This record gives sequence, structure tokens and C-alpha cells, in this order.
Amino acid sequence: MSQPDTNIAGNGATEPGPRRQQTGSWLSDRLGSFGPVLGLVVLCIAGTLLNGDFATFDNLTNVLTRTAFIGIIAVGMCFVIILGGIDLSVGSMAALIAGCVIMFINWASPALGSPLLAVLLGAGLAVVLGAAFGFIHGVLIAKGRIEPFIVTLGTLGIFRAYLTYFADGGALTLGNDLADLYAPVYYGSALGIPVPVWIFLLVALVGGLILNKTAFGRYVQAIGSNEAVARYAAVDVDRIKILTYMLLGICVGIATLLYVPRLGSASPTTGLLWELEAIASVIVGGAALKGGQGSIAGTVVGAILLSVISNILNLTSIISVYLNPAVQGFVIIIVAFLQKGRR
Amino acid sequence: MSGTVDDRSGVAVAFDGIVKRFGAVEVLHGVSFSLEPGRVYGLLGENGAGKSTLMKILAGYEAPSAGSVHIDGEPVIFKSSRDAEAHGIVLIHQEFNLAEDLSVAGNIFLGHEKTKGWFLDERAMQAGAVTALRQVGLDIDPSTPVRRLIVAEKQLVEIAKAISRRARLLIMDEPTATLTPSEAARLFTLIARMREEGVTVIYISHKLDEVERITDEVIVMRDGRFVGRAPTPTITRHAMATMMVGREIADQFPTRLAVDESRGPAMRVSGMSVPGWAQDASFAVRPGEILGFAGLVGAGRTELFEGILGLRPASGAIELQGRAVKLGSLRDAAKHGLTYLSEDRKGKGLHVDFALGPNLTLMALERYAKPWLDPSAEKQALDRAVHEFGIRAGSLSVKASSLSGGNQQKLALAKVLHPEPKVVVLDEPTRGVDVGAKREIYFLIHRLAQQGLAVIVISSELIELIGLAHRVAVMRAGRIVATLSGDELTEEIMIAHATGTRHVAA
Repeated sequence: MSQPDTNIAGNGATEPGPRRQQTGSWLSDRLGSFGPVLGLVVLCIAGTLLNGDFATFDNLTNVLTRTAFIGIIAVGMCFVIILGGIDLSVGSMAALIAGCVIMFINWASPALGSPLLAVLLGAGLAVVLGAAFGFIHGVLIAKGRIEPFIVTLGTLGIFRAYLTYFADGGALTLGNDLADLYAPVYYGSALGIPVPVWIFLLVALVGGLILNKTAFGRYVQAIGSNEAVARYAAVDVDRIKILTYMLLGICVGIATLLYVPRLGSASPTTGLLWELEAIASVIVGGAALKGGQGSIAGTVVGAILLSVISNILNLTSIISVYLNPAVQGFVIIIVAFLQKGRR
Repeated sequence: MSGTVDDRSGVAVAFDGIVKRFGAVEVLHGVSFSLEPGRVYGLLGENGAGKSTLMKILAGYEAPSAGSVHIDGEPVIFKSSRDAEAHGIVLIHQEFNLAEDLSVAGNIFLGHEKTKGWFLDERAMQAGAVTALRQVGLDIDPSTPVRRLIVAEKQLVEIAKAISRRARLLIMDEPTATLTPSEAARLFTLIARMREEGVTVIYISHKLDEVERITDEVIVMRDGRFVGRAPTPTITRHAMATMMVGREIADQFPTRLAVDESRGPAMRVSGMSVPGWAQDASFAVRPGEILGFAGLVGAGRTELFEGILGLRPASGAIELQGRAVKLGSLRDAAKHGLTYLSEDRKGKGLHVDFALGPNLTLMALERYAKPWLDPSAEKQALDRAVHEFGIRAGSLSVKASSLSGGNQQKLALAKVLHPEPKVVVLDEPTRGVDVGAKREIYFLIHRLAQQGLAVIVISSELIELIGLAHRVAVMRAGRIVATLSGDELTEEIMIAHATGTRHVAA
């Protein structure tokens, strides 16, 4: 018998196995964190080569300003996805909040006699409404034990339908003088950087701090990684879930209060497909769809990467601009597929 | 003994240097032994000895990392359990592999459906199922959905399924864990009959009396290695146990210390009922005392404590440190100084994708958040725990999943003790842990008790309870039927209470 031979051959064949696996996971880990940055750099180079206007300061601040809405929502979405949840309603929620804020400001300005106070309260209302909607999501998901997918699919329909109802199928528009008063929140800038970009930066920093430096952030990761283990470790799972969805709601509120002065109106197409873009940003940024891991920095890069793609599509004519959501759809599916391979 | 080989002869198996690794952890280190056809083999070894992994390799569920399996002298490589089935090798799992919503006949022919043209031939399958069921002595309608069967019947369906696939080698992993004595007796008759027909049977069990009763030969594994074999009539139960553990049983455990009887109980539970699982359970545990809970699978031990800890609806009174408390969740329990180590380490005990530090501090994280988490304090806590609990890890920044079972368990223990509880409930604290680590965990539990912690140990390993506990409460069908101590702490007495074959006024 050739027993010793098979033994040695067997050992020889399998010995490098674990080692190769380790380098493999090391490589994919690195790819996971640097991949998006690398992609962004490549896209920027490609953009510059394709169109001279791409690398101008104006274009880049424009890209970043437009990224701000989605980016701010994506920061909140990052928490929800790390928690192991999902929120499909953010686009509709933004639209409904925008509509409510516009109605409120239009009503409050004459009622209170102070346009400025009306705008300030309206901006505050956006955040409060976002928190309230998030709270409802959280309670239904945590206490009602309904799948987050179903809850937010339901509210996706509900929020947009109510906006359409309030707008009577058309658009809700801010009064002209009020729109002028509110405009600097979107169009203004400090130190040459537009206000929305500053706020995006601030939200991302605070988000990163909460995720990495607080017990709450650790609990969010623990629940997403394995909810049963977290529950058995005496973590107040329900409370953390509710707070996480509220956090996303607040992010949507902030994004909306920046968005309202941009057009000064809300219509049934406001915030359409924002959920796709926000979720795609988080996933491109390296978060695991199954929950447990993800990073705010990655999410920010992911959001910028997606708007750079759409910007390049705008500036060039390689692919029709109408196909932009398709590109995002392809990206999200491809990245999710690559994630599967990594496990 | 009858080694007669007839037409439907059993399978001869030879393992040759089988090595199995899961990631960086090697669980089988070159196992070699052979089995003759038509005999019943008892495969012995403690939890974590590698028995189940080896059997999964034989049945095609896992591929060996190195080494080879020979069937009837030919080297084989099974790509799936179907390949193994084609050679007549069938593994009956500890957890059954039945599709609950399909009928008995549907399960028996699952993956091997009989067809007539494009359609299923239900009539032929019904008839085939009846024949197979008759062979195992189960008299049920084959169109019954499996979910309506009781556990013992499901087991017989599994065996009928194996028979209908013309099994020539049957592997049974702890088949009697969920059976009553009379159901088990029926199973033994069936095994004897199969042996007579020439089928090879590999029987894995912790119950040495059963092994003594029905096997021809015992094979012992320890820590992923083959350590010895002997014809069953020539070896005593004590010798089997010693071979499994690798040292005299007495050396495996620390010397028991007396409990300070003057101190009031750290926890007292009275009239605890968990609907469907436990009725009217009362017990108390003092500081420094180790109270064991014994019982068969399904006796309601884990469920009783889940009820106490607020994980299931329950009624009854709980006192901690002499104060009546209401526990609505594990969080409440932890606040009152009671923590729980789940029997399901990977599912409920540890975040295997997390590093060691976050696992350790999770239950007491508030202590490290002021309000920002303090990584250096967490690091110090980890260093201390690694030292105190003897956790061996290549580096302290690795994920918990890369630790061996024993070290994961030590980390899980350190985690539930991190909030500094007064009472700790340890559910199967040495499950899936090698013998060396077991001993370390026993000494650890002993030291904790010595420091004044009240410890409750739920365990299915009677030897463990005998070696460790001051008193053992035995549960049967949801009730505490006896609380044993001193000379009453023997395997025989505990099994008698657990199975109800002894009637003592409780």
C-alpha cells in the first residue's frame, strides 16, 4: 500500500490552505476598506480625462453639495444597516417632511408675524418629524416584531401618498419672500465651501463618533452581528433599535431642511429613489448587508463615488443620464455579490 | 459474537490518518483505525473529542483536510452525503434532518422520489414507506406529516429512511438522548436485528451502560485522536471513562470545599412555573455553593432558567440577596447581580466576528463609557481576563472565531462574570471543549465559588456534576424530583431519578 505516500501528498496539498485563506481574507479586507477610495480616485482621473470641466472647483463643490442630501441620509442608513435592518422609506419620508415643512412655514409666517421665526421653526420641524417617523418605524420593528423591510415598504407608500394628497397631485411651494429668506441654507457658503457640505461633514463626524466611541455604537454593531448574543448579554435590544431608526429619521430631517430651500417646493417626485442611492452608498462603502459591520468613512466615500458617477454621466455622453439609477442599481448588486464571495 | 456476513453485508471501513481543520483550528490530528462489517461499535469520547466530525467525514458531510477513508478496501472521496449513501453509509443526526411539513413517506423518499413519467408515483412510495416502517416496528400512516410525530417516532422514521436506502453502515449519534427507557429498549432490539442482517452500526453515546449493553467493541477518541479500542466484554465502565478522560476521573476535579451554612441564600426561587416546560420548581443556592442541575434532554432545565431570567413567560417568586425581585429581562437580572452563560456559545454566547475585547466588556460596557468609550481601559480589562481565565490566543486583536472551543468558552465565562454578579448560571459550561480546557474550567468554577460566588451548573454530563457540585437537583418532565448530595451523588441514582425508574417521595 502507498499509505505514507498518500499521507504526504495529502499534507502537501492541504498545508498551504489556511495560509492562502489568510492572505485572501487580508487582501479582501484591505480591498473592503480601500476599494471605494481606489474606485473614487480612478473615477476622478477618468472624469478629468473625459471632460475638462470635471476637475474644476465649481464642479467639485457642485458634486459635493448634491452629495450632501444623500450623504447625510446614508450616514443614518449606515447605522440601520449595521444594526441588521433596512429603511426603504427614506425618499418618501423626505418628500413628506419637505411638504409638511413648506405648509408649516407658509402658514406660520403670517400667523406668527415673523418670517424668520417661521423658517427656523420649519427647519426644526423637519428634524422633529424625522425623529417621530423613525420612532414609529423603530417601535413597529422592535416591539411589533415586524420585518424592517415590510414596515418601511409600507411607510414608503404611506408617506408619498400623503404628500401627493396634501399637494393635491401637484406641488407645494414656498412663498417667494420666504424662499428668498430660506435660500442661504442651501445656496450660502462659508470659507468658500457651501453650507450643505459643512453640515454633511459635521453629520459624518458626529456619526463616526457615535458609532465608534459610544456604548450605543458598540451595541448597534453587537445587535447587527448577532442579535441573540446581544440580548443574552443584557443589551436593551429594543431600545437600541428604536434609537437607531430615530437617528436615521433625524438624518432624513436634516437632509430635508437643506433640500427645501433648493427648489422651494415639494412634489410627488421629490426624493424619488433616494433610498436606492442611500443604501447603495452604505453598501459601496463596505458595510455588510447582513449587518454587524460598516463604517461612516466608507459610507461618505460611497456617497461621493455615486454622485461622481452621475456627474460624469451628466458631463459626458457615454451613457444616457436617464440610466443613472440603473448604474446605481448595477453597482449595488455587483457589490453585494462580491460581498458574498468574501465570506 | 455473531460476525456472520450474509448477502446484505455490512461495510468495512478504514480511516487512514484523517486530519480535519476548521480555519486555523485542527480538530482531528491524524485518526487511523478500521471497522469490520456486521458489528456494532461504540464510539466513545468526551464532547469535543472529534467523534461527530469524524462521522461527518465518513458520511460525506465534511471532507478531510488530509488522510483518506477506505471502504471495503478501496479509497473513496465522498463529495456529498449522497455519495456516501450510494455506498450504503447513512448518518442519523443528533438533530433530525426531517422536513417537518412533508409526510412520513415524503421524508423517507426525499431526494430519491419514485416517479412515473413526469409525476411522482405516490402509491409506490406509500407502499415502500409501509414496508420500511414495518421493519422498524412503527405503526403509523405514512401520509402523516412529520411535525405531528413525537421525537421517538421521528427517530424511527430516520432509521426507516436509512433502511429504505439499503444502509449497510448506520451511524447513530446520541440516539437515546431524547428517548424514554422503553423507547430506547425498542431501539436496541432494532439494532440487534440489523446486526444480524450484517449491517455495521456505529453507536455514539455518553451513556456507558447502553454502550456496555449493545456494542461488540468500543473505540475511544480523545482530543481529536484515536486512543484505544477493546472488545466490550473485556472492559469495565470505569476503564472506559478513564480512557475517555485520559486520567483518573478524580484528578479531573478540584477538591470540594465546605459551604458556609451560616450565610443566607444568594438566590432563592420558589414555586417557579414556566408554562409547557416547568412546574412548581423551588430551590436555593448559597454564596460559595455550586448547585448542579441534572436531567434528560427536554426535562426543562434550560427553560426553567430562561423563565427565571425573564426570557420566557413564567410565574413564581425570586429572591436575590434576600430581596424579592421581578426579572423582566436578562438586563434586569444582570442589574440584580444574576448573569447567565448560554449553552449555545456561538448562537447566544459570543460575537464570533468581534475581537476579544468587545466581547468581554459588552455586558458591562456602561463602565467603560464616560461618555466616550475608553479603549485603554478595555484593553487593560482584557489583559486581566486573559491572565485570570487562562485564555490562550495568538494575538489579542484576533476575532473570537479564531480561538479554540475551550478558549472561546473561557472568554464567554469571563464575559458573563465581567459585570461582577453574585449568582451565575452556567448552562453546559464545558460543551464542545477538550479535556484539558474542561479541567481548567472546573478549577475556575471552583475558584469563583471559593471567592463567594453562588454558582448554578446545568449539565448533561453526570460525571461533571458529581465531580463539581455540592448538591444536584434532578429534573424530570419539568419538575425537580430530587435534590441529591453527599453519597447520593452517583450516576446510577441520578439516572434513576432523571428517567423516573425509581420512585422516591420527593
